Amino acid sequence: MATNGDGMKDKERGALPHPDVESFGQVNRDILKILSRPGKGWWALFSVAVLGVGLFFTSWIYQIVTGIGVSGLMSPVGWGVYITTFVFWVGIAHSGTLISAILFLFRAPWRQSIYRAAEAMTVFAVMTAGLFPLIHLGRVWHGYWLIPYPNSRFLWPNFRSPLLWDVFAVTTYFTVSAVFFYLGTIPDVAAARDQAKGLRKKLYQVVALGWRGTDREWHHFGKAYVFLAAFATPLVLSVHSVVSWDFAMSIVPGWHATIFAPYFVAGAIFSGVAMVITLTVPLRKIFKLEAYLTVKHFDAMAKLILLTSLIVLYAYLTEFFMAWYSGEEVERSVFWNRLFGDYWWATWTMLVCNGLVPVMLWFKRVRHSIPALFVISLFINIGMWFERFVIIVTSLSHEYEPFAWGLYRPSMVEMGIMVGSFGWFFFWFLIFTRILPPVAIAELKEVLPPPLRGARKEGAA
Amino acid sequence: MSGPKQGILASFDYLDSTVEAIEALRKAGFKRRSIQAYAPVPEHDLEHALGYGQSSVRVFALVGALTGTATGFALSIFTAMDWPMVVGGKPIISIPAFVVIAFELTILFGALSTVIGLFINTRLPHLKPLVVYDPEFSSGRFGVYVSASSERVGEARKILADREPAELREDPEGVANV
Repeated sequence: MATNGDGMKDKERGALPHPDVESFGQVNRDILKILSRPGKGWWALFSVAVLGVGLFFTSWIYQIVTGIGVSGLMSPVGWGVYITTFVFWVGIAHSGTLISAILFLFRAPWRQSIYRAAEAMTVFAVMTAGLFPLIHLGRVWHGYWLIPYPNSRFLWPNFRSPLLWDVFAVTTYFTVSAVFFYLGTIPDVAAARDQAKGLRKKLYQVVALGWRGTDREWHHFGKAYVFLAAFATPLVLSVHSVVSWDFAMSIVPGWHATIFAPYFVAGAIFSGVAMVITLTVPLRKIFKLEAYLTVKHFDAMAKLILLTSLIVLYAYLTEFFMAWYSGEEVERSVFWNRLFGDYWWATWTMLVCNGLVPVMLWFKRVRHSIPALFVISLFINIGMWFERFVIIVTSLSHEYEPFAWGLYRPSMVEMGIMVGSFGWFFFWFLIFTRILPPVAIAELKEVLPPPLRGARKEGAA
Repeated sequence: MSGPKQGILASFDYLDSTVEAIEALRKAGFKRRSIQAYAPVPEHDLEHALGYGQSSVRVFALVGALTGTATGFALSIFTAMDWPMVVGGKPIISIPAFVVIAFELTILFGALSTVIGLFINTRLPHLKPLVVYDPEFSSGRFGVYVSASSERVGEARKILADREPAELREDPEGVANV
């Protein structure tokens, strides 16, 4: 078997993105091994995820049978944990597309080994997010009303409404990211097919669509991939902008701000990259992928988190500053209430987790410590959930008229669905790691030196 | 070329041997359409040796995207005009609001059309069983397949064998989809 980069000296190998990966064949062996037998760690995580799925559907079915009254939603706070969690999951999705599409267009050399997991995360996160508007509807059997078609009086939905934009944005996002994800897996599924046996082989044969890796296939595949990345890039920026306009297009104090679109997009990428770290650290540990997910990759992700945390922090400060500087009494009152009112604990959790904790990433020692990054990423996940909670609940509970102020307390059903949604997400993600190669085999080989006979001769001489 | 066709499949361990083999074959007068290369990764050197131009997938991407833009505006404008009702004090045809719909459909149609273009251009899905194929092509090996008339097949075999392939296989039918 040929060894790649034969003529290289040890020092030169060290400069490669994956110095410990010696040949193309080794990539297949290492990655496809993951698909064979799950270890105890995988089963332990999977059982927890299944419990979560159980909690999710039990709570949801209870709400469907009993009615939306089992949630804590009540005038004036009509949007609560469900919408918070919807925005949270849509946000998580974003960094997957960032890593797979935007960093692809920028030719970032560190995306190859993490992008498959990140892209899978995107698809499953949108799948999770998409359920929340339906849960929030209460009468879920009317869910098809979201589809743009004329009703029995030939009235169409109102295309001026941000909520309808959201339907278009999220469904487009789900479709495009699922297609992009599937397309990227085809060459790798073909690799799995070529080594699998029995039923698995049959399954992969169908999924791989008969991919052979011919020159014609690669030529058009490469081009299609560039175009899909180019489509996905503005899409990802638009989706969270549209989600932010669900809020910003209204006149609720604390929502009606032009900064919302970039603020939400930066927050989405911030939380999403944190989630990629949360996912890849155990992935690396359980499946022994240290040669593929190196410290360099985590360092690069940590820098991305650092950058977006600064943007997010800047957006927080701008919001508070503009509330004060505008002189608007209502606006000022809302932001004062955020910091020192009934929900002070949520606001301060958000500020500490998203503004203060990432400061540690300025230090290289922290960026190179995998356990530290894992813990920081958990803080950011929590902080970003609270960010959405703060934006939604503190604004609605404290609008214009003091007699219409009110407090919202999430019910057990809402918390059950929120916690259970993590189970639902991890359920799909864990299944994914078993049936599709969680590290992109073909793309990873692009950053390895190709096997050259010429180099071998020089190296021997 | 007339007469019955035969094929030869060579598997190489090295990229440079593969590129050399293709270049030698083309120099010897084998048509571009009778040579097919296999690779575990997209390799520009291989595409270069085979002389690829622009992929027509880009036409699909453009046409799909423009169709999406038109559909988005058409859907939102015509449904608004179908039952003209003032909502939120905005004009019946609220272009800025409709841009969002048009934008999302641009992306959706563009992406789906790109995938259709890919499938048409690569003849995927390829459902027939893979006759001329080496499972190592998805792992570490590169391959060259040549189909030639029975008179010239010996010449092709020699060119391939000269580059020390890891494996050389005959395809008596010569029917591989080149």
